[in-house]
Amino acid sequence: MYWTRRSRLTGIAYLTPALLFVLAFTAYPLARMVWMSFHKWSLITPPSWVGLDNYRRAFADDQFWVSFGFTLKYTAIITPILIVGGYLLALLVSRGSPLRRLTRTTVFIPVVIGLGVSSLLWYWLFSTDFGLINRALMDLGVISKPVLWLGVDADVSMLAIIASVTWKVIGFGMILFLGAIQAIPTEIHEASLVDGASWWQRVTRVVLPLTLRTVLVVTLVSVIGSLLAFDQFYIMTAGQPQNETATSVFYVYLNSFPYLRLGYGAALSMILALTILAFTVVQLLLTRRSHA
Amino acid sequence: MTATAELRRSRAVTARARPRRAGGYLVGALCLAICTVMLLPLVVSVLASLKPTAEAAASPPTFLPHALSLDSYERLWTYQQGLPTYLFNSLGTALLTIAFTLMLTVPAAYGLARFPIPGKEVVFVFLLLSLIVPYQALLTPMFLMFARIGLTNTLVGLAILHTAIQLPLSLYVLRNSFSAVPRELEEAAITDGASSWKVLLRICVPSAKPAIVTVALFAFIMSWNEFLGALVLMSRGSSFTLPLILAASRTETSLGGTDWGMLQAGITISIIPCVLVYLLLQRYYVSGLMSGAVK
Repeated sequence: MYWTRRSRLTGIAYLTPALLFVLAFTAYPLARMVWMSFHKWSLITPPSWVGLDNYRRAFADDQFWVSFGFTLKYTAIITPILIVGGYLLALLVSRGSPLRRLTRTTVFIPVVIGLGVSSLLWYWLFSTDFGLINRALMDLGVISKPVLWLGVDADVSMLAIIASVTWKVIGFGMILFLGAIQAIPTEIHEASLVDGASWWQRVTRVVLPLTLRTVLVVTLVSVIGSLLAFDQFYIMTAGQPQNETATSVFYVYLNSFPYLRLGYGAALSMILALTILAFTVVQLLLTRRSHA
Repeated sequence: MTATAELRRSRAVTARARPRRAGGYLVGALCLAICTVMLLPLVVSVLASLKPTAEAAASPPTFLPHALSLDSYERLWTYQQGLPTYLFNSLGTALLTIAFTLMLTVPAAYGLARFPIPGKEVVFVFLLLSLIVPYQALLTPMFLMFARIGLTNTLVGLAILHTAIQLPLSLYVLRNSFSAVPRELEEAAITDGASSWKVLLRICVPSAKPAIVTVALFAFIMSWNEFLGALVLMSRGSSFTLPLILAASRTETSLGGTDWGMLQAGITISIIPCVLVYLLLQRYYVSGLMSGAVK
C-alpha cells in the first residue's frame, strides 16, 4: 500500500479538521433544528415541548400554503424557460466561430454576478417612475401609462422577476449543456451528416438523446434552486402584495427572525428541507450512475 | 432519388465546413441580438451610475447620461459608515472564506484520495452533508449558536457560514484532482524519506493548482455575492456587506425617494470584481461548474 505504517491514523488526522467543522456548523445546527421544531419557543419565553404541534399548525396555516403554492408555481414556470432556453443557446454557440464564442462569454457574465445585486439592478429597471423598462415601453407606444410591475399584483410581479432571473441564470444551463454537446464524439456528428440528416433531425435524434442525462441533472439543480428562491423576492417585492409573493424560504425567514417564532420557523424549515431532499436524492442517483 | 441524396450529402458536407450564407447571417444576427439583450442591463446601470445627481433622480429617466459625473460614487463613499467599511467587510469575508475552505478541504481531500480510511464512503457523505441539507433551512440554529459564542456581526462568523456552504463542492473538486496526480511522483519522494505532509505540499498541491484556483474562485464569488446568510447574521450597520447596505439604502433613503444614482454606483462596484475575475479565470470557472454540478 501507499504509506507503510500508521497510514490509517495519518489519513484520519488529515480529515479531522473538516469532520469537526461539518459536525459543528452543519450537523449540530441540523440536530438543533429538528429539536426546535418540536418546541414552542419565542426567545423571550423558555422553549417548551409541543410534539408535532408546529407541523400540524403549518398544514393548517393559510400563508404556509400560499407560500408553498407560489414557490411551486414560480418553479413550474421558470424551469422550462431556463432549460429549453439554455439548451437552444448551447446549440447556437456549440460551434466555434468568434461571434459564437463571444455570445457564450456574454450570456455567462450575469451568472457570476450576485443574485442580490442583479435583483437590485432589475428592481430599478422595473421601477414604475424611474425605470427604463416603463420608459422604453411608453416610447414604443406599447403602454400608455407606467405599469406597476413590482409588489402590486402577484402575477405581474412574478413575470417581472422571472424575466430578471432568466437573464441572470440562463447561462448556467447553457454552459453545462454546451459541455455535454461538445463531449459527443465528432464521428457521431459526421455519421449523421453523411446520412443526410437535417439540423433538426440531428438535434432531436442524436444530440438530445446523448445529452439527456445532463438535461435531467441540470433540470433538478435548477428546480432545487427555484424552490429555495429568496433574494429576488425579498429585494424586488418584499413579499408584497400581502405576502402573496413570499416564497417558502421567505416565510421561514419571516417566522424565524421578524416574528421570532423559532419553533414554528424550524418546523417550516424541516418541511422545506425534506421537500428539497427528495429532489437531491434523485439528482445524486442520476450523477452516481456516471461513475459506474 | 440517388441524385437528391447525393446533392444533400454534398450540401451537408459544405454546410459543416462553411455555413450557408443566409443561415450564417441569421445566426450572426441572432448572436448579436442575444449579446445586446445580455449586456444592455449592465451597460445602462453603469451609465446611470455616472449621471449627475439631478439627472439620476429624474422621472421619467434618461437612457443616456447628458453629462458624466462621479457624484453618485462620492455619495456612496460617505453613505452611512462609508463605502470603505462595506468593501472591507465584503472583501474580508470573501478572503476568510477562501482561507477557511482551503485549510479544511485541501488536507481532507488528500486524506480521502490517498489513505485507507475505515468507512471512507460514509465519511465522504457526511462531509457532503450541506449539499443535502440546504443552508437556508439551517440559518436559525446557526444564528442562535453564533449569538451565544459572539460570532454574529463578525466577518469570521459570516465566513464560517460561507465555508460551510462551499465545503462540499471544494472537497469534491480537490479530491478528484488529487486522485488524478500520478502516484509514481509521490512514491519516489516517499522512498527518499519525505513525510506525507511534505508530499502534500511539494507534489500534490502544485500538481492540483488548477483545482485550487477553481475552489478559491468559487469561494470568492459565492461569498462576495451571498445575501440571505449575511442578512441573518449581520444586524449591525457597521458589519453590513455590500449587497446588504445596497438593499438597505433603498428604504433608508426613501424619505426623499431612493437615491437611484448611488444604488447604481453600488451595483457597478459589486459587479466589477466578479466580472473581472470571471473574464480572467474563465477556464477554471467553467471546469469547476462542470465537475460540481454534473459529475
